Amino acid sequence: MKALVWHGKEDIRCDTVTDPEIQDPRDAIIKVTSCAICGSDLHLFHNFIPGMLPGDIMGHETMGEVVEVGSGVDGKIKKGDRVVVPFTIICGECEQCKRGNFSVCETTNRKRHLADKVFGHTTAGLFGYTHLTGGYPGGQAEYLRVPYADATHIKVPAGIPDEQLLFLSDIFPTGWQAAVQCDIEPTDRVAIWGCGPVGQMAIRSAILLGANQVIAIDCLPERLSMAEAGGATTINFETESVVERLNELTDGKGPEKCIDCAGMEAHVMASQPDTLLDRAKQMVMLENDRPHVLREMIYVCRPGGIISVAGVYSGLSDMLPMGAFMNKGLTMRTGQTHVNRWTDDLLRRIEQGEIDPSFVITHTVPLEQGPEMYQVFRDKRDSCIKVVLKP
Amino acid sequence: MFHFSNIVRTKSDPKIIEGGPSLKRPADQLARALGWFSIGLGVVELLAPRRVTETLGMEGNETMVRAFGIREIMAGIMSLSVDKNAGLWARVGGDGLDAAALLSGLTGDNPKKGNIALALLMVGGIAMLDYRAAQDTKPRRPARDARRKLFPNRSGYPKGLEGARGAARQIAANAAKSPSLNPT
Repeated sequence: MKALVWHGKEDIRCDTVTDPEIQDPRDAIIKVTSCAICGSDLHLFHNFIPGMLPGDIMGHETMGEVVEVGSGVDGKIKKGDRVVVPFTIICGECEQCKRGNFSVCETTNRKRHLADKVFGHTTAGLFGYTHLTGGYPGGQAEYLRVPYADATHIKVPAGIPDEQLLFLSDIFPTGWQAAVQCDIEPTDRVAIWGCGPVGQMAIRSAILLGANQVIAIDCLPERLSMAEAGGATTINFETESVVERLNELTDGKGPEKCIDCAGMEAHVMASQPDTLLDRAKQMVMLENDRPHVLREMIYVCRPGGIISVAGVYSGLSDMLPMGAFMNKGLTMRTGQTHVNRWTDDLLRRIEQGEIDPSFVITHTVPLEQGPEMYQVFRDKRDSCIKVVLKP
Repeated sequence: MFHFSNIVRTKSDPKIIEGGPSLKRPADQLARALGWFSIGLGVVELLAPRRVTETLGMEGNETMVRAFGIREIMAGIMSLSVDKNAGLWARVGGDGLDAAALLSGLTGDNPKKGNIALALLMVGGIAMLDYRAAQDTKPRRPARDARRKLFPNRSGYPKGLEGARGAARQIAANAAKSPSLNPT
């Protein structure tokens, strides 16, 4: 089959690889009908997250049709079913899964000894996302083996196009969880840093959860225009001071809720010297992340407020203003997304026409064009916001 | 490389049968080679500055050579990173500094001026490669003033923004009425 394979920093190729096979009775094989490039795939493209090896198949936003099931799947999915595959692999049986904390499933990371060493304790296995999270082959391919498939799936009905359902795999529940973690109240002003695909979903989620005002921060006109269309007031950080403008919009009090949808690769610019220093330290491996957004959120958030982190961070972040964080009594909530905790509700909202996540798609191309689309997406060429690949 | 990394894969995980074309261009390979060269030269300048100054007949300039070594290492690391273009331009600037320093040693009473001339020739050659690589690896991001597509109609709410806000208000009102969600 064809698959997008990681060969090294900035080197992804469309290779011919062997077809996946059932390895365990709880496995299923799906024929991929649509998959997407995620913003967090760019961290792997840049080799900023350790643990990728040449030959690893990329991709964790995938959907398709079940073509083969193992003997232990127990009728929960069957051949011919249409499924979206959540990016977190879950067993559905461990204590964390039973609590709904699916992204920290204690069973599915098959290389848990690595995660135990790096994170202290293992988290769930993830598709196409380094050997720290199991080294599972990803879904930017024609076929995908889904481990623990009896639990790791979202069954979806026929009649709704792939484009509306695909993002149940990651970015829609990720934006949703980011907003839910904020405990949004009807009077809240919610500021969202980063208007990429997850940021766009977080904007819509905050609106659907009843925020009084949503303020979106980015520098790219196409993303800001899409954010405005979703109901956000926008701030262009290249032309305005984020802190001044946020205070202006919130009567000098700061937003009650702040959401980070930018993560570890914050924009580097001379007017924000901390970003230059972070980039220099990242280059010589003295720091993993560029946490400018975290610093700004802590500084500008209203005392007693909540900071929700949906953007990916990989390791060590320097110079976080813990004094401000502590004295302002802020709460920080983070985490990879507990996808299956939210997807029943989100699928219902799609079916009822409350939201159509396909609004975010700007490019749909064959899988073979995937490698060059990584560059287009990374360079923000052609106003690219979200790429869907068709095997 | 993937043949080695296959060791960590399970038997039935997909393995490469035939590789596709690489995204890497010749300029990327050149940038990588120049990056490693820069680090190598930098390490020599940093650790053995006296050997360098003796070869060039420029004794007494060891501190400057060490500083140049640090500059070479930094530029090399940058040239190997995703910001390689910045690293390569740093190298072009560094080549200018190297040439200026070498010219200052090209005096009539320097018995090693032949070595300096040779070094100048090498710096010239490397500078041409640095310049070429810097030109060819220019970021392909659109210019700030480039025309961009805008998406003012992509709300994502099939029932419109007001519909979405209305639904949220309705849910909040229902939640307020629900005794189970408002324990007293």
